[in-house]
Amino acid sequence: MIGVNRKGEVWVFAEQHNRQLEDTPIELLGKARGLADTLGVKLAAALLGDNVKELTNKLIHYGADKVYLVEHPLLQFYQATSFAKVMTGLIGKYKPQIVLYGATVTGRDLAPRIASAIKAGLTADCTDLQIGDHTTAADKKLHKNLLFQIRPAFGGNIIATIINPERWPQMATVREGVMPMPEPDVKRRGEVIIEKTELTQQDLPLEILQEHKQPKKVNLKAARIIIAGGAGVGSKENFKLIWDLANCLGAAPAASRAAVDLGFIDRDHQVGQTGTTVRPSLYIAVGISGAIQHQAGMTQSKKIIAINNDPNAPIFNVAHYKIIGDLNKVVPMMIKAIKEKGIKT
Amino acid sequence: MGYNCVVLIKQVPDTKRITGEVMNDDGTVRRSALAAIFNPEDLNALELALQIKDQFGGHITVITMGLPAAGVILRDSLFRGVDDAILITDARCAGSDTLATSYILSCAVRKTAYDIVLCGRQAIDGDTAQVGPQLAEKLGIPQITYVEQLTELNAKTITAQRNIGNGWQQVRTTLPVLLTVTSEANEPRFAAARKMMKYKNAMTPIEAERIVRGQGSGISDAEIKKLVDKKCNELEERGLLIKQWDLDSIGADLSWCGLSGSPTKVHRIQSVVLTDKESKTIEPTTNGVSDMIHELMEDKIIA
Repeated sequence: MIGVNRKGEVWVFAEQHNRQLEDTPIELLGKARGLADTLGVKLAAALLGDNVKELTNKLIHYGADKVYLVEHPLLQFYQATSFAKVMTGLIGKYKPQIVLYGATVTGRDLAPRIASAIKAGLTADCTDLQIGDHTTAADKKLHKNLLFQIRPAFGGNIIATIINPERWPQMATVREGVMPMPEPDVKRRGEVIIEKTELTQQDLPLEILQEHKQPKKVNLKAARIIIAGGAGVGSKENFKLIWDLANCLGAAPAASRAAVDLGFIDRDHQVGQTGTTVRPSLYIAVGISGAIQHQAGMTQSKKIIAINNDPNAPIFNVAHYKIIGDLNKVVPMMIKAIKEKGIKT
Repeated sequence: MGYNCVVLIKQVPDTKRITGEVMNDDGTVRRSALAAIFNPEDLNALELALQIKDQFGGHITVITMGLPAAGVILRDSLFRGVDDAILITDARCAGSDTLATSYILSCAVRKTAYDIVLCGRQAIDGDTAQVGPQLAEKLGIPQITYVEQLTELNAKTITAQRNIGNGWQQVRTTLPVLLTVTSEANEPRFAAARKMMKYKNAMTPIEAERIVRGQGSGISDAEIKKLVDKKCNELEERGLLIKQWDLDSIGADLSWCGLSGSPTKVHRIQSVVLTDKESKTIEPTTNGVSDMIHELMEDKIIA
C-alpha cells in the first residue's frame, strides 16, 4: 500500500479487449472527472495492451488528463497475474489515491489480485462514488476527503458506504451501466506517459486455449423502452405478449430472473442484480413481483409501469403507474391503445 | 492418482429468501432473523471437488472461518462426502474485510496439502467475489475464476471452461491452482443418508463444550475441561472430531487479522426501505390504459 497521498491522482483502469475499449472505463471516466475535480487532482487512465496506442485519444476525449500507457506483446490478452504485476508497478511508482475498475468479469478477476499484492483496500460492485469525511469511532480521528464507496450488500437489502482511511490507494470495482456515459470532447488534449514493463512467460501461468464470444442477443443498456416479463407471464408461449408489446413500441424485451430460470426467454434478456442494470426512459414490468434483486437492476428507469394481479407485489413500491389486474387482459389493451394512437416505432 | 482438494466454505444469512416474517415494520430487513445457510456457490465449489474425487480419487478438506455455529456446514460437508472438515474460529477474526479474511484463510490452507483450492465465486452476504482471487495471490498460485466446467485434469495441468460474461474461455494452467466456481457449474448433490448416519454426531471441540456445560451446573471449570477433553478424545477415536483452529494455531500475524488487518471499514449502512412512491393507480380498463398511454405521449416518454 502507499499510505495517504493527498496529491495522488484518480485513476481508471482502461479495460480493452481486442484493441477496443469496453464501455465501463468510459462510464468511469465520466464519474471520476467529478471526483478528481472535487479533490483538485488530475484524472488518468491506465491502459495496458499490445499495440493499443490509438485508444489513448478516446480516453482523453472522455475526460482523462493523462494516460499511462504500457504496451508489451505479452499484454495482448488479459490475465490476472501479468496485468496485476504491471498495475502494481504503476501504482507503486505513481501513487494514485484512487483506482477504479469496472466490475466486469475482468475487473473482478484483476482488482482483488492487485489489492492483495499491495495490501490496499478494495470494495466490490459499487453503484455510487462520492467524496466525504469520516471520523473513526475508536480514536475520533477525522479523515477528510475520502472516497465513499457505496454498494448494495446482503443480497441488495442494505446499501453500505465503505471507506478506506489509510491503506491507499482507495480502490473499487464499479457496476456496469450505472454511471452514465459522458459526452466526448474531441478538442480535449492530454498527456500520454509511456511506461515500460519487464514481463516474461513466467508471468503468464494461464494458457488461453479457446475463446468464444457470443454477442448478446439484445442491448438492454442502450434501450429507451424496456418491456420486462416475470414468472407471472406463465409460459414461454405466453411470453409472446411481451414480444408483441415490445414490437409495437420499438422496445427491448426483457425478463426477471424467475422468468429466465423458467425458460421463458434467454438469459441475455435478464434484468436485475445478477443480470443487466438498465436505465431506460420507460420500464414496463409485466407479471413481475419485484424482489429487491430485480429492483436493483431497474429502479433508475425514468418512468415505471407495473402490471400485476397481486396488490402487495413489491414492484408497486417503485412504480409510477400501478395497474392491479390480469396481464393477459391489460397487455392486449395497451397494444390496442398504442396502435390506435398511431405510435410509430 | 488422486488430488488434494481444499474447499473454502462460508455460513451466510439467507438473503435470497426474505419473507414477511423477517421484515420490520419500517420496511427494513431484520438480518439477525434470517436463517443461516451454506453459501450457495460454495456448494457448487464443493460439488466440483466431489466430482474430481469421484473421477480421480484423492482427498477433500473443507475449511471455514466462522462462528461456532458454522459447525453445521462442516457437518453438512461430511454428509456430502468430504474427508476432513476444519473450523477456524476466533473472536479476533471479527471485523475482517476480504483482505484480512483471505490472509487468515491462507494461513490455514498452508497447513494442508493442496493441489486444487476451490471457492464459490461469491457469498450472498458480502457479494464481493474478492476472497477467492485474494487467497490465490497470497498462496502465490494462479486463479481461474467463473469456472463452469472442468475440461481436463492430469498430474501436471488443469483445463477449465470459464464464463467471461458474453461468452466463454477454455483456460489451462499448472497445479496448484485456485478455482472460483459459479452456480451455473453444476447441481450440488444431496447429502448421502449413509454419511448422515455416520457423521451426525461429528462436532467441534466448542460444540462438545456446549454439550458438556449443558449437562450439569455447579461443576468447576477444571472439571468441565476434563470432561470436554474426554469427550473430544472419544470423538477423535471414532473419527468424529471436527478440527478447530484459532489464529494462534494457524500462525497468523494478528496485525493482519480482524479490524486492524482490514483496510476497508464501514462508514454507514442504510437499509433499503420499501416505501410508497408518488404514483398513480390505473384501472385495468380500456379507458384507464388509454389515458395512461396518452399521458406518456404528452410527457414524450412514448413518441
